[in-house]
Amino acid sequence: MKFYDVTELAFRNLRESLLRNSLTTVGISVGVASLVAMLSLGVGLQQLAGKKLEKSGLFDTVIVTSRRDLHGYEREQERNGPAPADSPVLDEAARAKMEQLPDVKEAYPDIRFVTELRYEDKPHLTTVAGLPESAKTNDAFDGMQGNFFANDAAQAIILKSFAEELLGRVPKHGDAEPNVAELAKPLLGKTMVLRYAQRAPAQASPSQSSATDEISAMEAAYSVISKELTVTISGVTELNPDAMRGQSGARVYLPLKLAESLHVIQPSDLRNAASDKTGTATYSTVSVRVASAARVPQVEAAIKKLGFNTFSITDATKSVRQFFAVLDLFLGIFGSLALAVASIGIVNTLVMAILERRREIGIMKAIGASDRDVKGLFFAEAGAMGLLGGLLGVALGWTIGQLINLGTNVYLRRHDYPPEKVWLVPWWLVGGAIVFSIMVSLLSGLYPASRAARLDPVQALRYE
Amino acid sequence: MSAQTAICLEAVARHYQMGDALIRAVDGVSLEIPTGQFVALLGSSGSGKSSLLNLMAGLDHATGGKVTVENQDLAALSREGLAKHRLKTVGMVFQSFNLIPSMNLLENVELPLRFAEVDRDKREGMARLSLERVGLGARVKHRPSELSGGEQQRASLARALINKPRILLADEPTGNLDSRTGTEIMTLISEFNSSLGMTIVMVTHERAIAERYAQRLVFLADGKLAGDTTNSGAGN
Repeated sequence: MKFYDVTELAFRNLRESLLRNSLTTVGISVGVASLVAMLSLGVGLQQLAGKKLEKSGLFDTVIVTSRRDLHGYEREQERNGPAPADSPVLDEAARAKMEQLPDVKEAYPDIRFVTELRYEDKPHLTTVAGLPESAKTNDAFDGMQGNFFANDAAQAIILKSFAEELLGRVPKHGDAEPNVAELAKPLLGKTMVLRYAQRAPAQASPSQSSATDEISAMEAAYSVISKELTVTISGVTELNPDAMRGQSGARVYLPLKLAESLHVIQPSDLRNAASDKTGTATYSTVSVRVASAARVPQVEAAIKKLGFNTFSITDATKSVRQFFAVLDLFLGIFGSLALAVASIGIVNTLVMAILERRREIGIMKAIGASDRDVKGLFFAEAGAMGLLGGLLGVALGWTIGQLINLGTNVYLRRHDYPPEKVWLVPWWLVGGAIVFSIMVSLLSGLYPASRAARLDPVQALRYE
Repeated sequence: MSAQTAICLEAVARHYQMGDALIRAVDGVSLEIPTGQFVALLGSSGSGKSSLLNLMAGLDHATGGKVTVENQDLAALSREGLAKHRLKTVGMVFQSFNLIPSMNLLENVELPLRFAEVDRDKREGMARLSLERVGLGARVKHRPSELSGGEQQRASLARALINKPRILLADEPTGNLDSRTGTEIMTLISEFNSSLGMTIVMVTHERAIAERYAQRLVFLADGKLAGDTTNSGAGN
């Protein structure tokens, strides 16, 4: 029989015992739905965690230091590579070179300094850091009050704890956490005065050049000028984008370009002044953001080749991925259990159909149907149930997912969390589930189909 | 065996083991049926008539002897080969009509064409023509349950002839019909024999019908050949 004839006859046979076949198909669809539901939960959670980790900036960032300034984070790095004295300087040229490496999104210097900020004429000492515009997508700014700053505007984002300090609130033990919106209200749009020490290139004078070499180098390198800058508070954030640095994390953030343009004296400048006669500005740390966490090892290797020390949290992502692989596997197994039960339903339905249609099979054989035709017919019926069950199951799984997303988000909102998509049905899962459903159904149809094909036509024709 | 032999049975046996007892349904039957002959297989119930017909149809296999149909030894055919034999070489009609109840007449008659992989666009025309030939042109969309016994048997004949077989094997074709309808069916079968030159082997226990239409009467008793006579009165 031709394929379309087999298909046509299979569908007409399914229509003949509509109730039983519909129930079997519903059974398959419940199995597929549970598989889709389980796997899409796994995928959703993985994506959510992946996005969170990516947004945290911890996993796609490589921190680069010069071997001149610091020892490597690992003994391995210390032993390999050039000696500290021969290693390259971490300056603008090195940063630009890193930015040109494949898979690198951006490389920016880590500008941070401890300084005094005056708010309503009261001085507050804190660490200030520059943030690139790309940090806007960082998770820490999700629940921020106000706005992220423009690239080089004289604006600042402050941490909730610093906002408390500016407002003179001293949290006591046992107090309820203050609401960030409440703290931000009186501060947004207000100005603070930033007092900092600027490193300015010094004018070399004949009298200075006559001094000793060491001192003249230092003097020729730069002079330190005290400066002030008025910045507007554009945002107050609850979460700390600098959490990776723990206690040394900044509490006030400026746009990176602005922070760079201030030329605030950095610790590395002091060392450079003593050793480097050129007076070129160097960075103590450069943060390199990689296109994806998976490419971090390659980027790290490339940077090490340039002669710098690197640090990243790649091992952590590896174990997170491993966790999700195992989670997906178990969710898949549990999801498949329902489909396995449904497949027994297919076997049962088809075996019943053989009993019912025993005579019909005998007639078909008597008028010329081959074993292959009969087998193909039962196979097609199983496949058709699998296809219909798969389609219905995916729709059902998707609907369950949407409902759970809805429920989860209602719950999250009630607990003041931003809404999330914990349930995600990617296209590969839709296609995969339907194909899997058809395959399981065909497999279930194997036994009934070959049993039908083997029927003795003489016996079958006698059957009433 | 001459080239004009349609069916040749050489000491054919079909024995069944039933517990300790050996049932000899067909026991050493030898018979040669020339092409175009109308043969009636007669005998009482359990004489082995239907078993012999099933062996000729390739629905069952002989446990002894040799069954040759259109110069083809059926024992040498695979299951696929036997299916092809039933599809192309022989056509079958049964006492209980054996139409598929869920299909209308057109679909029932089309079924062997599907097995023969005839194109879909040609099938309907062929099936209609076949049904018109047996006088059912106006009933093509009816299901078997909506037809009389005679009409069902005519549809069954249309189905048996759709692939233009050279041999028609009929198992008690009038067994479930009244005498008037039975006569109609027998007239049709007889016409196929005379106008198309088809070889007909018909199982019946009604001697009168056999004598009226068949050219040769073969008698079976307890699975053995009990008589083989030429019927000169056929067609009267």
